[in-house]
Amino acid sequence: MLKKIVSNADEAIKDMQDGAVIMLGGFGLCGIPENSITALVKKGVKNLTCISNNAGVDDFGIGLMLKTRQVKKMISSYVGENAEFERQLLSGELEVELIPQGTLATRCMATGYGMPAIFTPAGVGTEVAIGKETRDFEGKMYLLEHAFKSDFAIVKAWKGDEHGNLIFRATSRNFNPLMAMAGKITIAEVEELYEAGELNPDEIHTPGIYVNRIFKGSDYEKRIEQVTTRLKA
Amino acid sequence: MLDKFGIAKRIAKELQDGYYVNLGIGIPTLVANYVPEGIEVILQSENGLLGIGPFPYADEVDADLINAGKQTVTTTNGSSFFDSAMSFGMIRSGRVDLTVLGAMEVAENGDIANWKIPGKMVKGMGGAMDLVASAKNIIVAMQHVNKAGESKLLKRCSLPITGLGCVKKVVTELGVFDIVAEGFKLLERAPGVSVDYIKEKTEGNLIVDGEIPEMILD
Repeated sequence: MLKKIVSNADEAIKDMQDGAVIMLGGFGLCGIPENSITALVKKGVKNLTCISNNAGVDDFGIGLMLKTRQVKKMISSYVGENAEFERQLLSGELEVELIPQGTLATRCMATGYGMPAIFTPAGVGTEVAIGKETRDFEGKMYLLEHAFKSDFAIVKAWKGDEHGNLIFRATSRNFNPLMAMAGKITIAEVEELYEAGELNPDEIHTPGIYVNRIFKGSDYEKRIEQVTTRLKA
Repeated sequence: MLDKFGIAKRIAKELQDGYYVNLGIGIPTLVANYVPEGIEVILQSENGLLGIGPFPYADEVDADLINAGKQTVTTTNGSSFFDSAMSFGMIRSGRVDLTVLGAMEVAENGDIANWKIPGKMVKGMGGAMDLVASAKNIIVAMQHVNKAGESKLLKRCSLPITGLGCVKKVVTELGVFDIVAEGFKLLERAPGVSVDYIKEKTEGNLIVDGEIPEMILD
C-alpha cells in the first residue's frame, strides 16, 4: 500500500537539513507551493540552495525566505520583481546564478528522463557559456548543460491523488511538472486530494511515480503580481 | 518621430495570417493591440500558454492565468496549456514564426544586448536567450537613442550579450531597419524624420540606398 500522503507541509519537510538543494515550482507567484514556503520559514532551515525561476516578491513567495536570510544561493532566470533580492545580489550577500529560463526547465526535464545532459543554443556567445563545453551540430553551436538534481523538489498542483498523480491548472503548471521529475524527494502540495481511481488516467500530467509525498494544502492566497483588466464596453 | 504605440503599430504590419508569435515584455506586448484586420495570429506565452486573449474583465480575473509579464490574461478559442520545458521546446525547435523583443543595444552584425547592465540592473535574462538563439525571425522594438542622446544602434554591443548575430529587423522611433551583411539598412523613415537625422543618431554602419520612404501607419 502506497504511503505517500502526509498531513501538511510541516510533516512533508520534516527531514530537510540545513544546506539542502531545493527546487520550488512556480512562475512569478503563479503556481508556487505556498504552504511549503511558509513551513520552510517556520522550520528555519538555512544555507539553502534554491532553484526556482523567480524569487517571489519582497513579502511573498521565496521573498519571505530571503528576508529571513535562509537562502545562500539562488539559481533563477529572472529576479526583477524582488527589490530585496536585487539588493542582496548587488551587495554580494546572496550568491546568484542566472540561467536562461528554457535551460532551467530542460535541465530538470533531463533528470526526469534519465539523461545526464542536454545541448541547447541558449546562451552561446554570452557569459552563460563561460567554462562550458560547446559543440557544433549541422553548423550551429550548442552549449552542453548538465541535468539538474535537487535534494527536495517542492511543487504545487491543482489536483492529486494518493498515488501522487498530479493535474495542473492553466499557467500555474509552468515548472512544476519538470521539477517534480528532478527531486531526490518530490513533495507535492495540491488543492484537491483524491483517492486512487477518482482521477482519469488520461488526464494525469505528472504520473505518481515521480512523487514521494503529497498533502492537501490550505488557505491559498494566490496573490497576483499585476492584476490587469479591461473595461466592459 | 514615433512613440511606443507607433513602434508597436509598425511592427504589427509584419504579422502574417496564421503566425505563431512571441511578444516580449514592454513595447512588444503592445503589438497585440494592432493585429491587422482579417488575419489571425496566435500569441505564445513562454510560461506555458498558446493563445493569449485580451486582459480579463474585473470579475473574471484568474490568479492561475497570467502572461510572461505576470499580468492576468484570458485565453482565445483553440488555446492550450503546457509546461515550461515544452514551451521552450516549441521555441527552440523553430515553431514560433516571429519573436518581438526589446533591446538596450543592437549591433550592426545583429548581436543583441537586453538583459544586464553590470552593477546596476541584473534582473536576469528570463527567456530572452532561448528566444534569440532559436527564433526564425526576430524583430526588435527599441529606442534609437538613450536618455543621454547616445545611439543604441552600435558597431558592437558594449553591454553583456543576449545573443550573437540574431536580429533581423529593428524598429525604433526614427525608422525601420533591416540588418544585412554591411550593417543597418534603412528601409523607412518615421513620420517627420529625415535621413540625415537618422545618420547622425546611428553609430553603427548605416546603409542608405536611394530614396527612403516615410512609414505609412493607418
